[in-house]
Amino acid sequence: MKQFLAALAFFAVLLGAWEFAARHSGASSLLLPSPTAVWRYFFGSPSPDGGTVGGAVWDGTLGGATLVTMKRLFLGYGVGIGIGIPLGMLTARFKFLHNTVGTIALGLQTLPSVCWVPLALLWFGQTETAMLFIVVMGTVWAVILATDHGIRQIPPIYREAASTMGSKGLHLWLKVLAPASLPHIVSGAKQGWAFAWRSLMAAEIYITILSGMGIGHLLHYGRELHAMDQVVGLMFVIIVIGFLADKILFSPWERFLHRRWGLTNS
Amino acid sequence: MSLASELAVPPPSKIRLAGVSKKFTTNRGTVQALEDINLEIGEGEFVCFVGPSGCGKSTLLRIVAALERNFTGTAEVNGKMITEPGRDRTVMFQEHALFPWLDVLGNVLFGLKLKPDLSKKDRLEVARYYLQLVGLDGFERANIHELSGGMKQRVALARALAPNPRLLLMDEPFAALDAMTREQLYGDLQKIHAARKKTILFVTHNVREAVCLGDRVILFSPRPGRIRKKFRIELPRPREFNDVAMASLAAEITGELKTILAPAQ
Ligand SMILES: Nc1ncnc2c1ncn2[C@@H]1O[C@H](COP(=O)(O)OP(=O)(O)O)[C@@H](O)[C@H]1O
Ligand SMILES: [Mg+2]
Repeated sequence: MKQFLAALAFFAVLLGAWEFAARHSGASSLLLPSPTAVWRYFFGSPSPDGGTVGGAVWDGTLGGATLVTMKRLFLGYGVGIGIGIPLGMLTARFKFLHNTVGTIALGLQTLPSVCWVPLALLWFGQTETAMLFIVVMGTVWAVILATDHGIRQIPPIYREAASTMGSKGLHLWLKVLAPASLPHIVSGAKQGWAFAWRSLMAAEIYITILSGMGIGHLLHYGRELHAMDQVVGLMFVIIVIGFLADKILFSPWERFLHRRWGLTNS
Repeated sequence: MSLASELAVPPPSKIRLAGVSKKFTTNRGTVQALEDINLEIGEGEFVCFVGPSGCGKSTLLRIVAALERNFTGTAEVNGKMITEPGRDRTVMFQEHALFPWLDVLGNVLFGLKLKPDLSKKDRLEVARYYLQLVGLDGFERANIHELSGGMKQRVALARALAPNPRLLLMDEPFAALDAMTREQLYGDLQKIHAARKKTILFVTHNVREAVCLGDRVILFSPRPGRIRKKFRIELPRPREFNDVAMASLAAEITGELKTILAPAQ
């Protein structure tokens, strides 16, 4: 409790200092929007002449953009996971695939996903498909690698014990190898999620599109309109979504791994 | 299949090994793990393999389990060539090898779920029967990492017994446990052997343990792995680990073992 209060005090002071600097440093609000300006971007009010009345939260722009972005994110992530996990199992199973697909995955995983933007634009134009492509490229390699590694590190004794009880083929894969690699698959899925989120922001910032305005687009237009309160506000939104999604999606798995396997977060 | 027939004691297996040899080839060279093993094991016999480490005891057990292939010679269980692993021959390892993603009950149910003719209710009943047999009723919902080493091996024993095998293969199952826990398990294992009448192959490097448990003790010598000598243990059961008659028998076998460890120059 004491530590919590101390942390709270720290953030209050930080916020105060920021507000003070924005008002009195003489820097233009373009370079350093004040916390109150960011607050006004979200929740609106003051000055009918100075700007902002409704606020992005109330007029629906923020909600709408979040919805569009989340749809893209879940679709891209879902496809990435749906391809990555089975493919990782195959590369773990077949030496040839490990040497080929596995090597490609190892290489492409190091490629920042913004680098896919030019190709995506060329191939798919300014479309949802281009967005999807970028997110999938951002997700899939890490998931393949984690799954492949997860399956390879399974102690052979699990497979042997299962086989002496009559487990083989598909049963062995679904009931032994998949759950035995669960800790790695979960951490791969988590890593994939972080990559998907970063990729999508890159895609939305770089690809102007008519079929739906996402958070990244709002950020992009904020910059074009010199609305730095909007830019900073959206950065907060991006942080909060990333944080919450991580907690909501992965905490249950991590709790399960902790309770059942006795594993702690690594 | 009914619950009664599932819980009935099946006829135990007999084993015939004739001229079994096994070579391992690695990039560090070739190891003759087993050479010309000839051994017959009767129905319901409790047979212990002893010998210094590296003399092929585990390899022979794994050949019977069909976890090890590419050997030469004949290995038969109940007159049939051993080709693939099967739940008529379950295995217990030195490491418990329990599945950490399942709780205690889930582990014991694993092999039972591969028996399609059993209803869900019957499976539960069978699993509970074996948990009780190994003294773990009340631990059904425990997670594996919460159990002590001895309890883990008890779960592993229940899991190996649950599919109702005719042959139980045990590879140093108690080696990692403390002495007190081990002695309890010797008693329990003898009881289970008496109640369930299984043929048991038990690998150990502990001569006292072998004499305490086995109807026969097979002594192996290394490089290449061969059967050195077979001993029949005629002591009455149940046997106490600290029994005096057993100690003198164990001393005799240990004497033989020492000649293996310190071969004539
Ligand atoms: N998978 C393997 N690959 C190579 N060598 C092996 C393998 N398994 C066992 N060996 C070798 O075979 C010999 C017998 O091993 P093992 O059966 O484990 O002996 P024990 O159980 O009596 O200690 C040892 O020399 C061991 O190094
Ligand atoms: Mg061994």
